[in-house]
Amino acid sequence: MNAEVEEPLVASGYDSASVTQKITDIVLKCPLQRGWLGGFAFAFILLMLFNFAIAWVLSKGVGIWGVNIPVAWGFAIVNFVWWIGIGHAGTFISAILLLLHQDWRTSINRFAEAMTLFALACAGLFPLLHLGRPWVFYWLLPYPDTMDLWPQWRSALVWDVFAVGTYLTVSIIFWYIGLIPDLATMRDRAERKPVQLIYGVLSLGWRGSARHWKRFHMTYLLLAGLATPLVLSVHSVVSTDFATAIVPGWHSTIFPPYFVAGAIFSGFAMVLTLAIPIRKFYNLQDFITIRHLDNSAKVMLATALMVSYGYISEGFMSWYSDDKFEIYMTLNRMFGPYAPAYWLLIFCNVIVPQALWFKRIRTNPAALFIIALLVNVGMWTERYVIVITSLHRDFMPSAWGIFHGTRWDWMTLIGSFGLFATLFFLFLRVLPSISISEMRDLVHKKSESSK
Amino acid sequence: MNENLHGIMAEFREPEQLLNAVRAAYEVGYRKMDAYSPYVVEGVAEALGFKKTRLPLLVLLGGIAGAVTAYAMQWYSAVIDYPLNVGGRPLHSWPAFVPITFELTVLFAALAGAIGMLALNGLPKLHHPVFNAPQFKRASQTRFFLCIESDDHNFRLDEVRDFLQSRNPISVTEVEK
Repeated sequence: MNAEVEEPLVASGYDSASVTQKITDIVLKCPLQRGWLGGFAFAFILLMLFNFAIAWVLSKGVGIWGVNIPVAWGFAIVNFVWWIGIGHAGTFISAILLLLHQDWRTSINRFAEAMTLFALACAGLFPLLHLGRPWVFYWLLPYPDTMDLWPQWRSALVWDVFAVGTYLTVSIIFWYIGLIPDLATMRDRAERKPVQLIYGVLSLGWRGSARHWKRFHMTYLLLAGLATPLVLSVHSVVSTDFATAIVPGWHSTIFPPYFVAGAIFSGFAMVLTLAIPIRKFYNLQDFITIRHLDNSAKVMLATALMVSYGYISEGFMSWYSDDKFEIYMTLNRMFGPYAPAYWLLIFCNVIVPQALWFKRIRTNPAALFIIALLVNVGMWTERYVIVITSLHRDFMPSAWGIFHGTRWDWMTLIGSFGLFATLFFLFLRVLPSISISEMRDLVHKKSESSK
Repeated sequence: MNENLHGIMAEFREPEQLLNAVRAAYEVGYRKMDAYSPYVVEGVAEALGFKKTRLPLLVLLGGIAGAVTAYAMQWYSAVIDYPLNVGGRPLHSWPAFVPITFELTVLFAALAGAIGMLALNGLPKLHHPVFNAPQFKRASQTRFFLCIESDDHNFRLDEVRDFLQSRNPISVTEVEK
């Protein structure tokens, strides 16, 4: 017996006209607000900081970062893995939940996909900067070069180039295809000529023909079917960057699933970090309802448990392996110089998410927002611990060392938030942040079922 | 008859009205017509005589092309063009070639799907006669349209107009080319 009534996905009283109006007005009618301007200005300052930090790295070289032997992979790799993981939730929501007929994805998929793209924009920069000579990044691609060289196909780092490149391209295609009908709506609702022209060109002349819709839906489903294994493959490939090495703490078969779960975990944390303020500032509580937050929190809880299982399994395997380097690595993580980072990640990723067992927490936006922020921090710390602690004391004590991020490391990390946030603020102003055509479909189906 | 006529367009409030109108029009014998809606209405495309789309086949071909390209490229460069003996390990180390083969399969299939969809739909096509009807702006928002085109065999201006009027539309207009 279930006395609880399920929270609705859309507040009652909406039809296709009012849904359309509400979403398009955010872009077309709403004047520049002080909150948006302030947020954008702050993000833009961070972006300039990012530019400055990158310019300095390019002119001085990666020596200004804390990386050296033995810790040759520093913040750049940590940030790369973290950002790309965040992207995964967007694809998870838009592709996997579509295939599973989870219609609660409808009002959050657009901005979650935007989040994916902007996270990938940040992620992609880090390995390029880490190359040291980013201007020759194209050596990673197979092209007929005068040096008569090919990429080394057996290297996980080359797989990464293909995985991330494909992921970025497919994410852009998926997002843009989904946007086409909404861009047509924007074109038809815009009042000024130049605005109509811009949306008109971007909508490619979409006119909503029934035959076009049919092919559109077929393509959308096929792309979802393609994106699903793709998103699982991307973080698996990223994890092989580590797992194919013999470094203690990296050389483990649990890495691919453990990385994918961690990616979706951190991605949902970012979805909540973005959704909770957006629904408040743009009064979208009717579309992004408590039920969306509740469901996202449940996904977070499930993935938190998977990640926790990963931590336990890592500890167990290092004991069970009876390998002194593995055992030392685990003890060193827990009690060595980086112990605070380790216990911070356990606190943020294992202990804090346990609060999500309670419905009262899952339906409280303020509490969820704090948990989501802590999870973001925890997942960054997890990657920090994986990258740094394994490298800084591997086999020979004479080759051990200590790594600390320099101010340039921190500036590139914080600056990348600026890139992400600037793109996101612009997205909110110029594109419909909720899929209008899918919302119309949803309210129509809802009114049908209530008849 | 007006040479410059693209067709006659009726505007409906409800998706069910559109679906019924399309079915009736097909029964009367109209073939050159199209329906426009702000979201997909199940069954309308089929009622217009739309059979099956070749898109899944295109996506499959794209995927196969991607797989073959990726594997052939890796095999050719690792075995023929740039053989590198690493401790006597086989040059044709196929398990290591799987990730890139998979990624390019997905990439080519997705590109084939997206480009194929636009090409089969004849997009981008920034202008189309239906945009000449002022109320057509609502096709991307709230209303449902059926346009019977003037190059249909059975097109007689008055008959088409009477037929569309009988379906209880909000408006019926002639659409110029």
